[in-house]
Amino acid sequence: MKGGVVKLAWAVLALVGAVCFATLALRRGESVNALWIVTAAVAIYLVAFRFYGRFIAGKVLELDANRATPAFLHNDGLDYVPTNRHVLFGHHFAAIAGAGPLVGPVLAAQMGYLPGTLWLIVGVVLAGAVQDFMVLVISSRRDGRSLGDLVREEMGQAPGTIALVGAFLIMIIILAVLAMIVVKALAESPWGMFTVIATIPIAIFMGIYMRLIRPGKIAEISVAGFILLLIAIWFGGEVAAHPTWGPAFTFSASQITWMLVGYGFVAAALPVWLLLAPRDYLSTFLKIGTIFALAIGILIVMPELRMPALTRFTDGSGPVWKGSMFPFLFITIACGAVSGFHALISSGTTPKLLANEKDALYIGYGGMLMESFVAIMAMVAASIIDPGIYFAMNSPAAIIGTDAATVAATVSSWGFVVTPDMLTATAAEIGENSILSRAGGAPTLAVGIAQILHSVLPGEGMMAFWYHFAILFEALFILTAVDAGTRAGRFMLQDLLGNFLPSLRRTEAWGPNLIATAGCVGLWGWFLYQGVTDPLGGINMLWPLFGIANQMLAGIALMLCTVVLFKMKRDRYAWVSIVPAVWLLICTTAAGWMKLFDPNPAVGFVAQANRYRQAISREELIPPSIDPAAMQQVMISNYVNAVLTAVFMFVVFAVLLYSIKAIVKARSVRDRTDRETAYVALRPQEVSG
Amino acid sequence: MDAADKAFALLLSSRRLWRRLVQSARLCCGVPDYDNYVRHLKEEHPERPVPDYATFFRERQDARYRGCSGTRCC
Repeated sequence: MKGGVVKLAWAVLALVGAVCFATLALRRGESVNALWIVTAAVAIYLVAFRFYGRFIAGKVLELDANRATPAFLHNDGLDYVPTNRHVLFGHHFAAIAGAGPLVGPVLAAQMGYLPGTLWLIVGVVLAGAVQDFMVLVISSRRDGRSLGDLVREEMGQAPGTIALVGAFLIMIIILAVLAMIVVKALAESPWGMFTVIATIPIAIFMGIYMRLIRPGKIAEISVAGFILLLIAIWFGGEVAAHPTWGPAFTFSASQITWMLVGYGFVAAALPVWLLLAPRDYLSTFLKIGTIFALAIGILIVMPELRMPALTRFTDGSGPVWKGSMFPFLFITIACGAVSGFHALISSGTTPKLLANEKDALYIGYGGMLMESFVAIMAMVAASIIDPGIYFAMNSPAAIIGTDAATVAATVSSWGFVVTPDMLTATAAEIGENSILSRAGGAPTLAVGIAQILHSVLPGEGMMAFWYHFAILFEALFILTAVDAGTRAGRFMLQDLLGNFLPSLRRTEAWGPNLIATAGCVGLWGWFLYQGVTDPLGGINMLWPLFGIANQMLAGIALMLCTVVLFKMKRDRYAWVSIVPAVWLLICTTAAGWMKLFDPNPAVGFVAQANRYRQAISREELIPPSIDPAAMQQVMISNYVNAVLTAVFMFVVFAVLLYSIKAIVKARSVRDRTDRETAYVALRPQEVSG
Repeated sequence: MDAADKAFALLLSSRRLWRRLVQSARLCCGVPDYDNYVRHLKEEHPERPVPDYATFFRERQDARYRGCSGTRCC
């Protein structure tokens, strides 16, 4: 009887999801409430978790509650600790959630909210969550080894090294893209700049307190740090309005770029406890807190979506980024649907903390569903903004012009009616000089978040406060990622270069240290600079590179999963990872191919480079470039990006060939050939429920 | 169960919840559970000295950003 009721409840939930979806898809020309998206997503996540997730756990991977996890086998009380599953869920989610799921959907909203929302939900269920979950299990059954080690063990030395080089390049592109989002958000914004600079002394104060005054008291100093942040945001408004201090904190995009590069170099040399760690704590708590606040805010405010379900830019002519829906929508959404980067976390700290193999479903699959939900909220935040304002904020100046009247006329001519007054009034409301061409996703998201939070907690002039709160929240964890990423990239670079020159491997020596740090900062700094100076707004150039790289890494992780399934003689279930792997390979190769060879200069890197080369030889200037040197630089950037895209495609195909080889070999023998560590049973008292 | 028992049970469960929250927050910062570490040391390695919380915290803080473990998502 009870089983019947439960089944009925699941059927009702599935029906709710379907009805919400149908409403979203079929209602045209009238506004739709954001709750329809949220409900559709949550209902489908729950059903997918209960049925598809459990199917993978039970039938495909045959999870065994009695099998000892690395946390029991190697328990050292530090890195390997059997951890309560809810505690571990929090840890895992905090590690995977970042700027990716927030920015991707904002950019994808140029095609309307429907295509992006559909891919966020379908993608996470069939690809993203599957990848995170399977890699977690595979790593957990191999002493918690890392993705690179797993590829090397199951496929061979060469693909392992190729995957490592790929991971390093991805890291560089991620750092450059993230840094560019910050630059675009802070350029010409004294208020934002002041608050972000203020986080440095606040973090140093927290660091000294935690190290010397009351060691390890994270909670009390984080609360103090948070209050100081709020004061800094309030004070930032005063600074921005001040006749001398306002201009003193106003910097152009290229000035901020140089400051960031210098900062990245210095920050990587400082002891971690002084700046990196305290800001990391602050940004982690702020991130989780803001995500919760946003979820509650959406439920209370129940905003209407003002962006149409589909815009005319589904044909690929959009101003925010160029390219057709296939494959570029799937590249743009990135982290919220599937993210290769998560495979690094799922084979990093999380598998070493797993108390029971069966928890992997909740943590791996469930954690990714939660990430997708964050992306859904970002999509909502971008879609409740007036579409005219959305396009004015996200289109490059080369397309829409630089003054409010021209911009309003251009954007209105696309069918998104907006007046110059609306643009200037919105800028004044959020305490900025201008909202035009603030590409990068962060400012748009901040306006959306500010609208939601302001409706919950209204107040005179509070909209500007919430806007800068949202900007600070993004800048804080992006800077932390840049900082930690530079350090991690430095170790990766030393490891890679150490293959050729062993003396560079000495991570404690100053010389190799400085070389590797400079190399790492130089690399992401170069991509950052070319993005900032790109005439088409940078995002159009760097975000697809990032998306291709990230989805490609996911493809590698899913190919690894497939190889392992065949080696385990689970052939009949291999489609679980083959289907998403094939889809990702099709998307990344198609996108890579178009980025290389598309004749449209706005899409193809080579076409764009050739266009600039020809113009230079004819001694013509392509605006907004002001001199031949700038044009030379655009040309070189595009050639470099083309080479990088080709390298990414080579990495994918190399791993694909090695995978096929490994699968053919696995099928030719009768027994299991995977490298799972030997089965050790848990003692009865160690089996958690 | 009378009212006092109920209140006591509630207190216990809310204390457990609080402990879990603190544990989660610390783990998000890469600091594992100290009590658990001390218990582990006493049970498995009684010969080793038990570091105080401050030393433990410093060691963990440095370890978090050593090598590639500082990697996190986009």
